[in-house]
Amino acid sequence: MTTLQPPAAAEPRPAPPPARREGRSWTGWGFLGPFVAVFALVFLAPIAYSVYLSLFRDQLIGGTTFVGLDNYGEALKDDRFWASLGRVSLFLAVQVPIMLGIALLVALALDSGRLYGRDFFRISIFLPYAVPAVVATLMWGFMYGTRFGLVGDVNSALGVSLPDPLSPDLVLASIGNIVTWEFVGYNMLIFYSALRVIPHSLYEAAQIDGAGQIRVITAIKLPAIRGALVIATIFSIIGSFQLFNEPSILQPLAPNAITTDYTPNYYTYSLSFNGQQHNYSATVAIVMGLITMVIAYVVQLRGMRKGV
Amino acid sequence: MPKHSRRLLRGIGLVCALALGATACGGSDDGGSSQKSVSEADIQAALEEGGTLTVWAWEPTLKQVAADFEKKHPGVKVDLVNAGTNADQYTALQNAISAKKGVPDIAQIEYYAMGQYALTEQLTDLKGFGAEKLSAKFSPGPWNGVKAGGDGVYALPMDSGPMALFYNKKVFDKYDIKVPTTWAEYLDAARDLHEADPKAYITADTGDAGFATSMLWQAGSRPYTVDGTKVRIDFSDQGAKRFTDTWQKLIDEKLLAPVTSWTDDWYKGLGDGTIATLATGAWMPANLASGVKDAAGDWRVAPLPQWTAGGGASAENGGSALALPELGKNEALAYAFVEYANAGEGVQTRLDNGAFPATTADLQSTKFQDTAFPYFGGQKANKIFAESAANVADDWSYLPYQVYANSIFNDTVGKAYVSDTTLTEGLKSWQEASVKYGAEQGFTVEK
Repeated sequence: MTTLQPPAAAEPRPAPPPARREGRSWTGWGFLGPFVAVFALVFLAPIAYSVYLSLFRDQLIGGTTFVGLDNYGEALKDDRFWASLGRVSLFLAVQVPIMLGIALLVALALDSGRLYGRDFFRISIFLPYAVPAVVATLMWGFMYGTRFGLVGDVNSALGVSLPDPLSPDLVLASIGNIVTWEFVGYNMLIFYSALRVIPHSLYEAAQIDGAGQIRVITAIKLPAIRGALVIATIFSIIGSFQLFNEPSILQPLAPNAITTDYTPNYYTYSLSFNGQQHNYSATVAIVMGLITMVIAYVVQLRGMRKGV
Repeated sequence: MPKHSRRLLRGIGLVCALALGATACGGSDDGGSSQKSVSEADIQAALEEGGTLTVWAWEPTLKQVAADFEKKHPGVKVDLVNAGTNADQYTALQNAISAKKGVPDIAQIEYYAMGQYALTEQLTDLKGFGAEKLSAKFSPGPWNGVKAGGDGVYALPMDSGPMALFYNKKVFDKYDIKVPTTWAEYLDAARDLHEADPKAYITADTGDAGFATSMLWQAGSRPYTVDGTKVRIDFSDQGAKRFTDTWQKLIDEKLLAPVTSWTDDWYKGLGDGTIATLATGAWMPANLASGVKDAAGDWRVAPLPQWTAGGGASAENGGSALALPELGKNEALAYAFVEYANAGEGVQTRLDNGAFPATTADLQSTKFQDTAFPYFGGQKANKIFAESAANVADDWSYLPYQVYANSIFNDTVGKAYVSDTTLTEGLKSWQEASVKYGAEQGFTVEK
């Protein structure tokens, strides 16, 4: 036997705000409006549309049917998706530390003030970032060629037989090399600008205390640029998970090493454009987006918490 | 908390409702009767009335054909659009059809891709236009291609690709190697050549779906059986074994140049003699002449090597047709153009510009057969191509979703080229992946 209870008395309401005399001012929205409109159009709408797409299945025979969360269930047990995620995770674990390590070393070297031609180094290390990824990959793809590329030329000039950078065993490392080449300069610039804003008084104090260069780096410089390090790491994680340009452009050169499900992004692209599986493609993209968000968020939390 | 989640739910519901409202009209009814009846008189009337035709095609010789057609029928304007080459165009076409917007009146579709459009009733059946009486005009391979495993006629054949063996005579002469007439001799030639010059290979192959299916076709394998929406995929027949046995040896003994077709490396290899042969379609001469200029005079054409000595089996590689998408307009006029281009005066125009015909009369004409190719040292190569065209078995069918199947060829069979996986195992995993996709797309698939 249940008794129907009258709804519990609501908490005493706060007194209504005094009525405004001039009505609501929309000036704020005037400033915010353009941003909100663009944000809704290019950010929210595509996500909403992807979510919508992911709830259907369109078949060559039978047309479109509503399938609820079936596509998500399928994605969670899709070996091809998980294999591609594993591949970019391995890539992330190896390539990102190398790239950020080099970028950090270069930034510290530039900042030390003991380098001749500092501006020249800064520009030349940053320069690859200015080369579009597509062009960079085409260029490296040509160099990787064992028959007529640079590797091939070295082989025939020196009479050696270098391992094929585009073979299934090495192609991930070769992609890592391209990405490192492209983004060392960009990360270096982030670190370098963070180093430049450290107040000089700290260095003077350290000098008075008799600290050496290494001590200055570990006690002053690194803690001071932690924020920049975390940001660069998060960008790199997102970049690794979104890996697409490099493998898709190298694919024609190494068709058997780079499969159509090589990275999660490439997989969604293939699903959509080779197989017309737009619905499932949207699902995989959403799952991947969520995974990226979670990992980036965890890294940010941890990175900011440490030793503050 | 409950309040919060309720609000969240309501939000999601709203988003979905909005999205539904905006797009729910897509898809669902792609039926409609594809059997239309259009008489000769209707076509004449349409030609007199005129109008604009949108044609999506990448075939270069159509340009002249379109110009001639416009001249002949002043009221007609042919808008020739290059919407990308093969798979790119199919993506664009599929998208246009899904959106029911911007669908061309005529589209170029290769034989291997025909099934997907025919089966899903996205193409007009040209039987009602009287296309069937043209069947005798075309060689059996292409005509079978436009029927796409059904009993309709979904396009008119534009060109064809009966296979032949292109070989570098200079290289063969240099090492005193005989031009192979069987695939067994081909294997021997591959060994001899690579031994004589470790940099030279009999051919380049890194796994190509179009090539593999053509080779299976010639070897007598019939991996795909299509009956409406019932599909059977099986790579275990005797014909497939013939192909894999020989090709596996070429792979194992590293006798195939690891160079992918149409790359810079490939063109260079064809030019400098390190890639000595190509077994491919009769549309190749123009590509050699434009892409491998340095080797002009070095190359010749021979009949495709046989699986049994003295045999005469051939297969098609490539080739395409012009179809009328169901959602296109001006059907009578569109048919008039397609007939003009592929069965009428347009054929000669295209021949003059280097295309390879699908029409038997042209294949057999002395003018065509006596054409001397300067690139092949004056050889009358069309004789070989025409003979090949006549020898193509017409009982081959592609999958209704061959475009997708081909896109995953290197994911599956490609492994045989770079690892210990054998070709047979590779074909098996290709089969499994194709079966899986077919089932997901609503086909009844048997293994």
